[in-house]
Amino acid sequence: MIKPFSFTNMHSSRWYVAIGCIMLLAASCGEEKIDFNTQVRPILNKNCISCHGGVKQSGGFGLIFRENALGETKNGKIGIVPGHPEKSEMISRINHENKEMRMPLERDPLKPEEIEIITKWIEQGAEWQEHWAYIKPEEPEVPTIKGADWAKNEIDHFIYEKLESHGLSPSERASKEDLVRRLYLDLIGLPPTLDQIEAFVNDDSANDFEKVVDQLLASPQYGEHWASMWLDLARYADSKGYESDNGRIIWKYRDWVIKAFNENMPFDQFTIEQLAGDLLPDPTIDNLVATAFHRNTLNNGEGGTDNEEYRVSSVIDRVNNTWEVWQSTTMGCVQCHSHPYDPIRHEEYYTSMAFFNNTSDWDVPSEHPILRELKEEDENKLDEIKEWITNRSSNKIGNKWERFVRIGEPKLRPEDFDKVENVVHYNRAGQDYMEVHNGALIKIKNVSLNNIDRIYFNYKQSGKEEGTLLIRTDSLNGTVIAKTPLAKTNGFTNLPIAITTEAKIADLYVQFNSKSTDYSCSIDGFLLGEKLPGEVDREYKQMYAGIDEMLNAPTENTTPVMVEKPKAHSRSTNVFVRGNWVVKADQVTSDIPKLLNYENKEFDDRLDLAKWLVSDQNSLTGRVMVNRFWAKLFGRGIVLTVEDFGTLGDYPSHPELLDWMALKFSGDWEWNMKKLLKTIVTSATYQQTAVITQATKEKDPGNKWLSRSPRTRLSAEQIRDQALSVSGLLSDKMYGPSVMPFQPEGVWTVIYSNAAWKTSENEDAYRRGLYTYMRRSSPYPSFVTFDAASREFCLSRRINTNTPLQALVSLNDPVYFEAARSLAKLILPVEGGKKEKVEAAYRKVMGKLPDSSKTKILIKLLDNTEQYYSEHIEEAKEMAKSDSLELASLTVMANALMNMDEFIVKN
Amino acid sequence: MDLYNEARKNKLEFTTRRHFLKKCTTGLGGIALASLMGPQNVYGKSLEEKMLSDTLPHFFPKAKRVIYLHMAGAPSQLEMFDYKPKLKELHDLDCPKSLLEGKKFAFIQGTPTMLGPQHEFKQYGQSDTYISDVLPHFSSIVDDVAIVKSMHTDEFNHAPAQLFLQTGSPRAGRPSIGSWVTYGLGSENENLPGYMVLVSGGKTPSAGKNAWGSGFLPSEYQGVQCRNSGDPILYVSNPDGMSRNIRRESLDAINAINQKQYEEFGDKEIMSRISQYEMAFKMQISVPDAMDITKEPEYIREMYGAEPGKASFANNCLLARRLVEQGVRFIQLYDWGWDMHGNFEGGSVNKGLKDKCDQVDKPMTALIKDLKQRGLLDDTLVVWGGEFGRTPMRENRGGVVMPFYGRDHHTEAFTIWMAGGGIKGGLSYGETDEIGYYGIKDRVHVHDLQATMLHQLGLDHEKFTYQFQGRDFRLTDVHGHVVKDLLA
Repeated sequence: MIKPFSFTNMHSSRWYVAIGCIMLLAASCGEEKIDFNTQVRPILNKNCISCHGGVKQSGGFGLIFRENALGETKNGKIGIVPGHPEKSEMISRINHENKEMRMPLERDPLKPEEIEIITKWIEQGAEWQEHWAYIKPEEPEVPTIKGADWAKNEIDHFIYEKLESHGLSPSERASKEDLVRRLYLDLIGLPPTLDQIEAFVNDDSANDFEKVVDQLLASPQYGEHWASMWLDLARYADSKGYESDNGRIIWKYRDWVIKAFNENMPFDQFTIEQLAGDLLPDPTIDNLVATAFHRNTLNNGEGGTDNEEYRVSSVIDRVNNTWEVWQSTTMGCVQCHSHPYDPIRHEEYYTSMAFFNNTSDWDVPSEHPILRELKEEDENKLDEIKEWITNRSSNKIGNKWERFVRIGEPKLRPEDFDKVENVVHYNRAGQDYMEVHNGALIKIKNVSLNNIDRIYFNYKQSGKEEGTLLIRTDSLNGTVIAKTPLAKTNGFTNLPIAITTEAKIADLYVQFNSKSTDYSCSIDGFLLGEKLPGEVDREYKQMYAGIDEMLNAPTENTTPVMVEKPKAHSRSTNVFVRGNWVVKADQVTSDIPKLLNYENKEFDDRLDLAKWLVSDQNSLTGRVMVNRFWAKLFGRGIVLTVEDFGTLGDYPSHPELLDWMALKFSGDWEWNMKKLLKTIVTSATYQQTAVITQATKEKDPGNKWLSRSPRTRLSAEQIRDQALSVSGLLSDKMYGPSVMPFQPEGVWTVIYSNAAWKTSENEDAYRRGLYTYMRRSSPYPSFVTFDAASREFCLSRRINTNTPLQALVSLNDPVYFEAARSLAKLILPVEGGKKEKVEAAYRKVMGKLPDSSKTKILIKLLDNTEQYYSEHIEEAKEMAKSDSLELASLTVMANALMNMDEFIVKN
Repeated sequence: MDLYNEARKNKLEFTTRRHFLKKCTTGLGGIALASLMGPQNVYGKSLEEKMLSDTLPHFFPKAKRVIYLHMAGAPSQLEMFDYKPKLKELHDLDCPKSLLEGKKFAFIQGTPTMLGPQHEFKQYGQSDTYISDVLPHFSSIVDDVAIVKSMHTDEFNHAPAQLFLQTGSPRAGRPSIGSWVTYGLGSENENLPGYMVLVSGGKTPSAGKNAWGSGFLPSEYQGVQCRNSGDPILYVSNPDGMSRNIRRESLDAINAINQKQYEEFGDKEIMSRISQYEMAFKMQISVPDAMDITKEPEYIREMYGAEPGKASFANNCLLARRLVEQGVRFIQLYDWGWDMHGNFEGGSVNKGLKDKCDQVDKPMTALIKDLKQRGLLDDTLVVWGGEFGRTPMRENRGGVVMPFYGRDHHTEAFTIWMAGGGIKGGLSYGETDEIGYYGIKDRVHVHDLQATMLHQLGLDHEKFTYQFQGRDFRLTDVHGHVVKDLLA
């Protein structure tokens, strides 16, 4: 839509700051110094940048990079001449009398005060300043405030200062009942039980609140709740996406996230393990599982799709995702051209891409590389082998062999072959192999053979004819370093081939011959196996045999992970012209955008990138993460545009508070997420009531200044979890494969797929929402209705809606109805009359007694329902699923309670 | 949300509050609530949509609503619309190398043979339009439709190509055209969703529910799938034992409690929730009613070939007309089973295609005639087509000739037709070469089709944007031209 540029109040926050600055500077030095970021940039962004930006530079004039703005334009004039507004074409054009010449074209002219600011700024030298987010934060002073009594910690000082400057004051503290429900829902995602509420309400000690906070942060449900947030960013799902949208087994990653939150893994480690766990010096199995973060990309298994096209598409998603999650930077804009609004150049997209372009995964059904978990018996054998190796070498080498057996990657695959003869490469969608025929030749250059003892040849042969595989080094007639017969196999198999060579690096010539002219087999790739330690030992051969066996052993469970290709066979990364992957331009190497590389540091691999993200050389990670947590708790971020801190994003409402928290988080608190959360929730700001008074309504309608606690609707998962929880149905079972709770017939009708929704049994039907099987093409219906993410891409903010379809879910979805009936059964034995039952039921769902007017409404509902059911006995039986008339009307009431606005929002 | 949207939302919130305060003076008892939902209200966030419509449409619309008939799997244009006698002559001859060089196909490998059209063509109507024998009914309405023979796309696999057609991008996650349209124009009715999806052929399309997803637009703009069995819309019916009387009683209680809550907290979202619950109550009646084709007279059902209780394209066409009458903005039909590779008889362009045409020919013709006789065709845009075309070559998957006559996926040329909503009738637009391989005149890209559809609805595809992740997104990305020649 066309943006109506008459909305002057849109940038009001910036103007307050701007006016503040003007006044401050005017008072201190007499002559007002124009501030680019707060005064000039908002004018440029609003009026100029859409035509004179980083992509579109009408008339050859762009305002993103200073050198462009100061350069000659198409008509030979200079847009901005520092120090000389009278010589600057820009000034002449914004003042022009002729409407057809005046800028901005076809719009209202700039206001006189805006023109004055720009003129003065040019006069003062037209100095550019980086956008606030690209400047490293400096620790702000905690403001001294009048309301020091109210403040519980530093956060409140920052908040109070802004409230006061807007003529507001904080709201009173919420009632203990409301507060404890809010805290439970925010920290663990579930409501408190009556006992838990009572314990808090009756606790008169000074640290009553802090005690509950600590207890919740230590609870296992804490990790489950916060994992939900992270899984939206990780675009976690249990299926691969696109046409057949087949299942993907990757739930170990989901469990890793839960555990990381519960163990309070510092955020720097949390970052490094997910982005580059595989590149750590001696990665553990958990480190590898963490790298599944970027294996949540879509995989297209549709017949006829180009595997390379969708591999590239996954890599692009990894680039965009990393920049959005950690930096709230819209790198996706730079894929096709330089950034229209921020000083990031087109090529810099591809230097970022180079970090991610060298993993050995491809868009293939097997989803290799995968981390294999073996059957129990084989796991024991693997343990023994590992122990044997460790005893003869070191822990590190033992671990390395374990990884080798579990992953079996990186293999040398067709993309690494330099020359092939007499082969057909099947590399579309459901296929990923090279068919070799009699007389076939494969040449692989620069293979590192240092300490290599054997090559595992992964192949499949269905014919009975015998073939021979011969490996020579350096030429077609070179030394034979390996020779082996090839026979019929049972599916793809790793065949160990011992090699004998002194060469450290060699070109391999692999030849296939057979007496039968019809001979063929299908190959997946070659895996280089290092020499096993302990050669002198008499069990040596047996150990080798064990390893060979384990490499081919069936799996119990698998997780796709990241594995880097060896340097000698790394992929080259090129700039894609206009973002089109088939039109390649210059080759580039890994780097971060110059804008953010304060120390001109050199970068090599993902590990470098991950470390930089959490280093003190990064201006964004701390701010971005603090803002994400803040937004989850307060319903809006300090930067409203949680996903975009760039020029087009929103200016922070409390910039100093954001920087203070960010620096604490990455500094003194050593990336401690629980500490961050505790600090926020123990602030007086968090503990305010959510009641909207006339004053706050008028002066702070959007609650930007936090003059009260927000009222936000619970998330899709929370709404279901809560209904199950208050009705006593919720299972507290953690971890494991995703589950399939009740879903109506016929929701899954995806083509070319036999997958079926098989309703889970027993407690698995009542697990928390984050364990629900997430199929991308057909997510769980009630979650979609309540705005859950569809997990195709990173989602920083769910947009809450309020629709009749949501009402139909909570009124009629059998899951919710079962919860109502179950709650009614808990209320049935309560002694006393209707009033007591109403109060008990309301207390169950809201944790407090209803006020008398609500009690009256509910008693009336019970009266009317009972009356009706006494005349419609059969309907009552259907409702109660028993003969109890009372249970029928209680069920109707319970259903009503679970549809109260106050039940599905957090007060 | 960008600043512009936020500013509008703030203005809207202000308006909403005033609106409710004004209405509140009449009291908010359960009975008064019904009147609160005045006739100006539309589905979903009514006022927000009204706000949007303060600035939209960009110009006077010719069409108020859309029925999109998507033949999932991609029908063969060469057997239905694009008459190529030359191809008949080349039948069974090896495909010349020049046609294969530098080309990528989904399945064809090596050198395929040319495959002549498998059905006969004749000319029909005053426009002398060529139509094949498999569409005997459709041939009677050629003067009401514009047939575009020069369509082309970028994607040759089903899921990406369907997404490309429906969302403007081959990757999952963008809003579908129906979401864009309902986001931009809102709905014309208060009892039904503005964007409804009907599926036949036994399966959802390859792109799954993403094909009618709302992407980054709020979820209320996603297409609502009507189901062929069970509840027509999920959870629309009350559970066993919950009569309409009891539902009313319980809604009165819920609304009254919510009203108390509003008095305590002053949050206008609570009032919005009350109205959504009332809307849901209305939908419980209006949805099953709209979806009940037994309410149609026998001769109308016969005209479509519709049979109550069946999950057929014919039923869905009739339902589409019923929904149009109810003011539903965008109705999307998917019919699955058009992917004729020649791998089995039902998947052949002779037998299989004929069978599929038998299923759709009569109902799609009836839909146009019925809309016309009710005066609805003028402002209802109907679009028919698949996600790409088929090759003039016979498919030889893996270099091996298929057991039946089939054609591979093809991006360079395919046919769609459009009718109503300000589109010229009796027009054949665009030309392909003599074997139907490439468009050689007036080529129309998928983004051009989208731009043209939006244009007919009064929306300028270059100005109709939504900001997400720091960027203004359009249905047509940075492409697309309105095909003015198609407009009446």
